[in-house]
Amino acid sequence: MSPASSGQIALLQSVVDVARAIFGAQAASILLHEHGAAELTFAAVSGEGSSTLVGRRIPLTTGVAGWVFATRQPLAIEDVSSDPRFAGDVASSTGYVPKGIMAAPLLNEDRALGVISVLDRPRRVEFSLIEMDLLGAFARLAAQALELAATARAASGPVARLQESLDALEGPRRAAATRLVEALGDVLEEL
Amino acid sequence: MTELPAYGLGYDDEAPRVPSAWPQAVSREWAWGGSAGEGVAVCLVDSGVRGDHPLVGGVDRAVTVTLDDDGEPHVRDDETGDVSGHGTACAGIVRAIAPAARITSVRVLEADLSGGGTQLLAGLGWALEQGYEVVNLSLSTTRRAVAQTLHELADTAYFARTLLVACANNRLVDSYPWKFSSVVSVASHAGTDPMEYFYNPDPPVEFLARGVDVDVAWPSGGTMRATGNSFAAPHIAAICALILAKHPELTPFQVKGVLFETASNVVRETP
Repeated sequence: MSPASSGQIALLQSVVDVARAIFGAQAASILLHEHGAAELTFAAVSGEGSSTLVGRRIPLTTGVAGWVFATRQPLAIEDVSSDPRFAGDVASSTGYVPKGIMAAPLLNEDRALGVISVLDRPRRVEFSLIEMDLLGAFARLAAQALELAATARAASGPVARLQESLDALEGPRRAAATRLVEALGDVLEEL
Repeated sequence: MTELPAYGLGYDDEAPRVPSAWPQAVSREWAWGGSAGEGVAVCLVDSGVRGDHPLVGGVDRAVTVTLDDDGEPHVRDDETGDVSGHGTACAGIVRAIAPAARITSVRVLEADLSGGGTQLLAGLGWALEQGYEVVNLSLSTTRRAVAQTLHELADTAYFARTLLVACANNRLVDSYPWKFSSVVSVASHAGTDPMEYFYNPDPPVEFLARGVDVDVAWPSGGTMRATGNSFAAPHIAAICALILAKHPELTPFQVKGVLFETASNVVRETP
């Protein structure tokens, strides 16, 4: 996908803030993938790393996020600190080495958009599968937010251009163009 | 019917009891007692497999799918091993349950972990041509254009006696091939017994196997405790290898029936 807009980023930030709160986790993040790139980019981070990680790119081969992105399958690792290579995405930037990571892909109809990760949630074995479902729901929320924002941006394009053109006109031409647009609006409402 | 969580069978959940009307029980002893998977090939279509990992104990053959300048796929022998560790983790599970099975690897992910539907389709197609008895797919695709051909391959496998075992994704996710009826789709249960599996009467997930806190083979040489349906599927793939080693005449349809009959929650109700 194309780089996320500020509106999309705000939505994603809300998602990771809520996810972090619900899971009681040390951190939560969303990494996005640009079509054709061999990297993931931190688009929103809550908790540890929130001030330094946004905008940082990591290779797809780094850590759990790459696994999840490549296989399209949610995954939880419980002692990732024993293999620091797998926590390298966060650890290299913040010095914070997570112990446990749970991650799920952001999927739309046709491809993977990125990955949502939750770091160091309190470990409760009996809730593992419920947590995986819940993270899947957050992933779906994030993917839908991205889709909606992209759709809204695409839809607003022609309208915004029309408004700019109207604003650039003066005098009788502007008045005539405004009447034309209003008439067009009447026709569309009658359809 | 008890409602199952979308991702699998939870810690405190009881699998719904499913009555069987079949007149004679198929026992686990009959199904796979004494079998180690001799003579059966389990093919992992994944990120590659590190054959020298002690929990994997060797790979019979490893290939990869590469694309030429025109985007055409080619299958060639592969000495890369595993580009992420995912396939090795799955292979270790198969080896633990079916130690005598032949493990083969088709790597469909590039070294940078990119990999498209073309590689997946070509890799799976190649595996079917080899006539492997069991193919494990602990991955899925959301691409509809790929899904159509994938569906045809899954049906071809079903009738050609290659059992495709695919891990499920979240119920809300439209991904493939696990949603096809010609594959054995697997999600996780929260238990710790690798030989415990449940039949799910509420498809598209058909079976539930161990997938929580599995100590999987890790690229660094040791193990890592991991949770995911990716690790449930190879449990069932390996159990299918045990069944087929003992009963090579069984078709995929019949193996599904044997899995049903031997599932921990299927009970025979005597009249």
